[in-house]
Amino acid sequence: MFAPPLIGVTIMANQIPHVDYLELGDKPHLVANECTSCGARFFDRRNACAKCFKNEFKKVPIATDGILKSFTIVAFAAPGVPVPFVAGIIDCAGTSVRGNVINTDPTPEKVSLGMKVRLATFSLGTDDEGSEAIGFGFEPA
Amino acid sequence: MASDDIWILGIAMTKFGKHSDKDIVDLGSEAAIAALADAGVTMDDIGILAAGNLMGASASFGQALQKQIGQTGIPVYNVANACATGATALRTAIMAVKAGEVKMGLAVGAEKLAGAGLLGGGGVSKKDGNKFEPRGRFGSVLPTDGRIGTDTMPGTFAQVGMEYGHKYGGVSFELFAKISEKNHAHSVLNPMAAYQKRFTLDEIMNDMMIAYPNTRPMCSANCDGAAAAVVTSGEVLRTLSKEQQRRAIKVSASVLTTDPYQEACQILPDVNTLTRNAAKLAYEQAGVSPSDLDLVELHDCFATAELVHYDNLMLCPEGGAVDFFMSGATWRDGSMPVNVSGGLESKGHPIAATGIANIWEVCHHLRNEAGDRQIKDAKVGLAHVIGLGSACGIHILERSGL
Repeated sequence: MFAPPLIGVTIMANQIPHVDYLELGDKPHLVANECTSCGARFFDRRNACAKCFKNEFKKVPIATDGILKSFTIVAFAAPGVPVPFVAGIIDCAGTSVRGNVINTDPTPEKVSLGMKVRLATFSLGTDDEGSEAIGFGFEPA
Repeated sequence: MASDDIWILGIAMTKFGKHSDKDIVDLGSEAAIAALADAGVTMDDIGILAAGNLMGASASFGQALQKQIGQTGIPVYNVANACATGATALRTAIMAVKAGEVKMGLAVGAEKLAGAGLLGGGGVSKKDGNKFEPRGRFGSVLPTDGRIGTDTMPGTFAQVGMEYGHKYGGVSFELFAKISEKNHAHSVLNPMAAYQKRFTLDEIMNDMMIAYPNTRPMCSANCDGAAAAVVTSGEVLRTLSKEQQRRAIKVSASVLTTDPYQEACQILPDVNTLTRNAAKLAYEQAGVSPSDLDLVELHDCFATAELVHYDNLMLCPEGGAVDFFMSGATWRDGSMPVNVSGGLESKGHPIAATGIANIWEVCHHLRNEAGDRQIKDAKVGLAHVIGLGSACGIHILERSGL
């Protein structure tokens, strides 16, 4: 069973994103650190730019629609990771993003190179203090 | 021979496979002692030892090795560079000889990996379900492996091959399986391989799926093994016996690269750009072109990886790897035999040994000592490794012609 996407749902006070580059709210989307000098985009905490070595960044929103430019269907993973799942690389209007393809069967019949996908969010569970972690993936568009 | 040329004077590998009765130092010693004997020298002649054992990278593998094979007080460089560890050790020894600091160097790579299982997947931490706190460079409250893509090696390299398909078209599960079919067929002739079993295409495609489109036989085989090489300069080689000169193999190019920044390279490791850069530099250093190569040992850690490296090593026109493979070129009787050893999929991949063992394979052919799997009249060969993260080592080797 797949959890329903939360797009359009107002964020609850006790929801936290799986990663800090996922912005929740009415329109969940990813946010990159963009080098103000060369425009290279990164999703992690930066010390400097890997492309031009400058160290000023601004936050930029990433398109929520994209094209699946590569994928694998992982059938064998570390203990505790549910399989099978589809891991993919999505071209979101020129910025490459890593994410799972969700809300479809993880089979070569349902997932194909070049398919259109869009960002979707889902619950990853709740911790002991009642905070709900919200993850993201990409579903067929 | 020019004074500043670099030569492999001796080289050896252990059989790859399960060596449950031997530890890392046993395996490394076996390869090192055999390489010294092959070179016709002793530890007294060696000025530097470069040693790699990736899984024990924090231990002093080189010093442990010295305690078994000869403590002469020479400097040891313990190196770790993912799957390019062996090539990095060799390159370290080569740089020392090239710099004129030593007359001869010894490089050793050894690994015990039999039964290691899946590599690269982080899995789920024990913290799950307690309290969500942002951690690490992505501020993640839960592990990301499996939830935001995959960290596993089979999955990562599956995406590398599929990305090539998205860019150029023509890939399929069957195509990748056919690459694996070729390497397993080649392994039948290699007694040093961990596995010497020929598989049918159906057997490969119907085996256990690991990460689509890579099934189990399409993945490199975790196993134990070691390899070692003695390198020297042309100046020193001139003073040695005619037999040593005849069997010496010229290192026409020795290159190590990392990946230059490219869009997406921090999303999915870019194993292409650094390989292409290394290949360009290597062909330039050696003064040879891809069409001069008689055989290639490339880093087929997964069947999906072999395809992209045909292109990266410029064995085919850009974007033409599928057609190139389907022409039969890379089978041992083709125009550009690739992985006649059986490759990592059947010969095995004891990580730190791999980057020297692939050079051993090429040297063996160039010396006309490869027995049943000899590529006839081989004069020039190329050995390639990729360590994810990434590091790429390429060596171009030529027979002495003496």
